[in-house]
Amino acid sequence: MRKPELVCPAGGLPALKAAVDNGADTVYMGLKDAATNARNFSGLNFDLSTARDGIRYAHGKGRKVLMAINTFAQAGEEPRWHKAIDTAAELGVDAVILADMGLLDYATRTHPQLRRHLSVQGSATNYEAINLCRDLFGIQRAVLPRVLTLPQVEHVIAHTDVEIEVFGFGSLCVMVEGRCLLSSYATGESPNTAGVCSPAKAVRWVETPSGTEARLSGILIDQYKADEPAGYPTLCKGRFEVNHETYYALEEPTSLNIVSALPDLLRIGVAAIKVEGRQRSPAYVAEVTRTLRAALDAACADPARFAPKPAWDAALGKVSEGQHVTLGAYLRPWK
Amino acid sequence: MLPTDFRLPKFLSEIGPKLPQRPWSDALCASLELARFTKQLEADFSFLEGRTLRIVIEDLGARATLRYVNGHFRPAAGDADADVSFRAATADYLKLLRRTEDPDTLFFQRKLRIEGDTELGLTLKNLLDSIEPPAWFSKLVA
Repeated sequence: MRKPELVCPAGGLPALKAAVDNGADTVYMGLKDAATNARNFSGLNFDLSTARDGIRYAHGKGRKVLMAINTFAQAGEEPRWHKAIDTAAELGVDAVILADMGLLDYATRTHPQLRRHLSVQGSATNYEAINLCRDLFGIQRAVLPRVLTLPQVEHVIAHTDVEIEVFGFGSLCVMVEGRCLLSSYATGESPNTAGVCSPAKAVRWVETPSGTEARLSGILIDQYKADEPAGYPTLCKGRFEVNHETYYALEEPTSLNIVSALPDLLRIGVAAIKVEGRQRSPAYVAEVTRTLRAALDAACADPARFAPKPAWDAALGKVSEGQHVTLGAYLRPWK
Repeated sequence: MLPTDFRLPKFLSEIGPKLPQRPWSDALCASLELARFTKQLEADFSFLEGRTLRIVIEDLGARATLRYVNGHFRPAAGDADADVSFRAATADYLKLLRRTEDPDTLFFQRKLRIEGDTELGLTLKNLLDSIEPPAWFSKLVA
């Protein structure tokens, strides 16, 4: 049985250190440049100096660093994305996480020695797509979109020699990764083009007598009563009136938590388990990394008798978006 | 060490707003400027130039309003229009200062509210997250 890598998010240097110090095997980061990664928020991510410090820190403790360059190069602006790949190679990251086939091709030709991972945004959900990417671009790992059941993940792993990384914890989205343009309808920007679903400049929260309104480019997308939990202000997580009924018409804010399925993930041979949340603060990264490290170690030590500890569920539940944590697609009965 | 979860007595939130708010703004500005002068808070705040921030401590009925002008934090009038306002209780601000809680978690739980220019607030949050607090500061809020 292989022990999966625990891959944790770093939106900045303190978060990277929190991940490393709390037991991440690998951290992933993005560059503070023009929208080359899917968490392109103002003030987030690494410049050259903090990236160097972060990589030195992680490598000094024997951990790996991945660079997400996982948005899609916009026509005529490819040099921006090419430069990000060159920068990642110069910085000496352990791999780049790419989604765009043009960029995979560029990286393959320009930096053949640089390890390439297929991003979740690359939206490859079957082994044929993954093996094609391996044949064309020599990818060594693929991150699976969060739409597959455990038996489907197992089927993919059984038919490819590419390492498979799956999501283990974090906010869920509508999971049409790499294909979602929903926020463009309200804001003109989407994760795949501009690296954000709800650019902060389009978001307004307004306190009113009936509650807090969340507005996106002026469009009312939700209203929270005083003690109602809130979610990220994205269109997909808004409540809308449909046929005279107001409800989460697309999805309810929810977080994924695969702790209870760890023995299955070990059995089917996933290579890595990823934590979502480069936009979150070091406190989140520390808490989630520490908890998943403990859970993963326990599952590896004795998978047959593994049971999630209530303390783990409490720690993860507390930092979750939405009132529910779920196993997402991994455990749904239908396919 | 202070307890982690507490809420100050309710009468404070009722009396607080009737008291002068200027001392809160003065104290916060003085602390920030002192920290910067002694190179304990080295960050580029230029994105705040000409902008006004308000920090409301709900259970204390206190509000600090500050403006960043010519590269310095200055107290602003309590009734000045703020570009962005943060609202939370004392205990939750302390958790943020101690870095034991992340702002998104408090936001999901409705314990931290942001009004006004969300991008300005997010940029400030991300800037503060990118700084490693000096050891004396961590001890101070512990």
